[in-house]
Amino acid sequence: MITPPPNYPTFPGESPEPPPPELGRGRFRLALARLRLALRSFKNGWAIFLESRIGLLSLATIVIFALMAISHPILMATVWDAGTYDPVTGYAFDQIEQPAPPSWRHPLGTDPLGRDVLSQLLSSTRSEFILGLTAALVTVSIATTVGAVAAYYGGLVDAFFMRLADLIIALPAISLLIVLSALFRLNFFHLALIIGVLGGFGGTAIILKSQALSIKVKPYIEAARVAGGSQFHIILVHIIPNLLPLSLLYMMFTVTGAIFAEAILSFLGLLDVRMSWGIMIHTANTGGYLLGGTRYWWLILPAGASITLLCSAFYLGGRALDEVVNPRLRRQYD
Amino acid sequence: MTGYLVRRGGQIVLTLFLIVTLTFFLVQAQPGDYAAFYAFNPDLPAEVREQIRATFGLDKPLWQQYLIHLKNTFTGNFGVSFGHFPRPVIEVLAERVPRTAVLFLTATVASFYTGFLLGKAIAWRRGGLLEYTATISGATLFTVFTPAFALMMIWVFAFKLGWFPVGKFLDPLVWRSAEVSANYVFGFMLLTAAAFTVFAFLALFVFRRAGRLGKGSLALPVILAGGLAIPLIWAFSGIGGLALDILKHMVLPIATLTLISFAGTMLLTRNSMLETVREDYVMAARAKGLPEKLVRDRHAARNALLPVVTSLVYSLIFAIDGSVIIEGIFSWPGTGMTLLQAVRTEDLPLVMGAMVFIGLFALIAHMIVDVLYVYLDPRIRYQ
Repeated sequence: MITPPPNYPTFPGESPEPPPPELGRGRFRLALARLRLALRSFKNGWAIFLESRIGLLSLATIVIFALMAISHPILMATVWDAGTYDPVTGYAFDQIEQPAPPSWRHPLGTDPLGRDVLSQLLSSTRSEFILGLTAALVTVSIATTVGAVAAYYGGLVDAFFMRLADLIIALPAISLLIVLSALFRLNFFHLALIIGVLGGFGGTAIILKSQALSIKVKPYIEAARVAGGSQFHIILVHIIPNLLPLSLLYMMFTVTGAIFAEAILSFLGLLDVRMSWGIMIHTANTGGYLLGGTRYWWLILPAGASITLLCSAFYLGGRALDEVVNPRLRRQYD
Repeated sequence: MTGYLVRRGGQIVLTLFLIVTLTFFLVQAQPGDYAAFYAFNPDLPAEVREQIRATFGLDKPLWQQYLIHLKNTFTGNFGVSFGHFPRPVIEVLAERVPRTAVLFLTATVASFYTGFLLGKAIAWRRGGLLEYTATISGATLFTVFTPAFALMMIWVFAFKLGWFPVGKFLDPLVWRSAEVSANYVFGFMLLTAAAFTVFAFLALFVFRRAGRLGKGSLALPVILAGGLAIPLIWAFSGIGGLALDILKHMVLPIATLTLISFAGTMLLTRNSMLETVREDYVMAARAKGLPEKLVRDRHAARNALLPVVTSLVYSLIFAIDGSVIIEGIFSWPGTGMTLLQAVRTEDLPLVMGAMVFIGLFALIAHMIVDVLYVYLDPRIRYQ
């Protein structure tokens, strides 16, 4: 592999600074052309994405869950009164025994503490989305930066970050989180941050770095360097934007991991979280309703199915996106 | 190869050192004073307290404590467990590590094999019903909420159908009159399993060599005969019933762990197969008229195996984490359940010890995968 020196020598009399970019019309037209290109590649990608039925199905699932997340505050503001339907403090006075089976007033019944299961489910959807997306954003920003920097500079920087990533991959994350939650009080935000940092410096960084390596040897990087682009400029304007499609893909996988980890830890009762899908199953479990099997299905099925559905939707959506980003996986037509 | 192994061994020691450091400083950074909590525990008699203070240097500054902790860890002295009071951590763990190893190893091998076979099949016939069913059910099992799924397995197979016991490692009613300990029987079971694996590999190897002379069909009958001999030997050993009891308790956790972890391998194999199928040598193999099955198994799948083995590390970690959860649900007394219990009861020495052992598991598994990779890919000979 050709590794050009990071800085070409500058000759006397030659300005090491690049000329200031042309302002006004030229720049505007450049932006417009870029936008058109991006739109076209988005259209192509979208067409490929539409071909995979699994991808569409998972997209639909994610949209449904997003609508559920939005619907909770609306319902709370209009139809549901806080005293009965609050996911944490509410109590269904209209039911004689708790947990009550589904009825018109409580479409998914109530939990052992008399709280409405549907309200819990909807309010948890929102926090799961926030958790997943925060973790994914943290992961992807760290991993993209680390990948681009490690690929561009190589040498010691590269060795350091890749050994660190190897180390993190070898750590069993759930076990580590269990230990952490024993020692500290973790809430949603801490959890998202920890998962994001572990993912960002771990496996995702390696994958993005290998992608960045193949970008680094492209002619336009060379051209940018010859034109006098600074290292910062090349990494920020030329390498990172080309990493973004792959980053987006790994965002999807991180969301799955984060929601899953949260559910496990909440189920074990180790998180400082008021309501989540994991907590719902935890409540049913500590009350001894889980081995009742199908009799108390509304205590476990909605939350359990939501975890599985949303996780697999993000996972399968990621895989469908993989076919868009990675042309080698596409179906052959010969 | 030897040099490579030595280097990898060195890396493992380094990583283990980092894990120990991490757990030590995490415990130090937690709110509350670990040292005081440990040494001033009113349940401990005064002389034990003094002994602990001396062993762990709790009256010394932090950096000295750290050095003492390192020395203690690498000499196998993890302190005394709070929860299992007079027993040292290492003794608790030594009893439980083999159980986790069996759960984890069996499930990993089974899920890898299932995943590879299925992935191979669905990549070969794209777009069929099998692909959709396998992908969706695989991804569902992969992302299913593990505790709920495990509880469902218990409910269906143990509670409703009654085929297997509900959980735990053994049935006290069977063991009440037993003269040997559970670990004694379990050790012999491990030996048997190891001996049978070696025997099966040897038989395969010998008969594959002989197969070139035209006597290949004997391998399977010989292995089957060996497999049938095992129950016979156990039946006459006198502890066969006890072994059977442990075996019955093993089935459900192993099956659950296998089911949740085969999909990762399956989906990876599929992707990797889709890439190899386009290679020229596959077309060449087809062009010379080899049967489809041969092209798939010998030409495409063999090469598609490599990237799958590379990312086996991920699935191993997934399986280790999965086994922690599965052990918790099935009350399987292994390292994972020890970790969970210790975390719940704030048994910090046991938490640190169990975490070190789980890390060690991950690292050794990692190394085995690397060595396997060198064996599988002759192009790679680590210098």
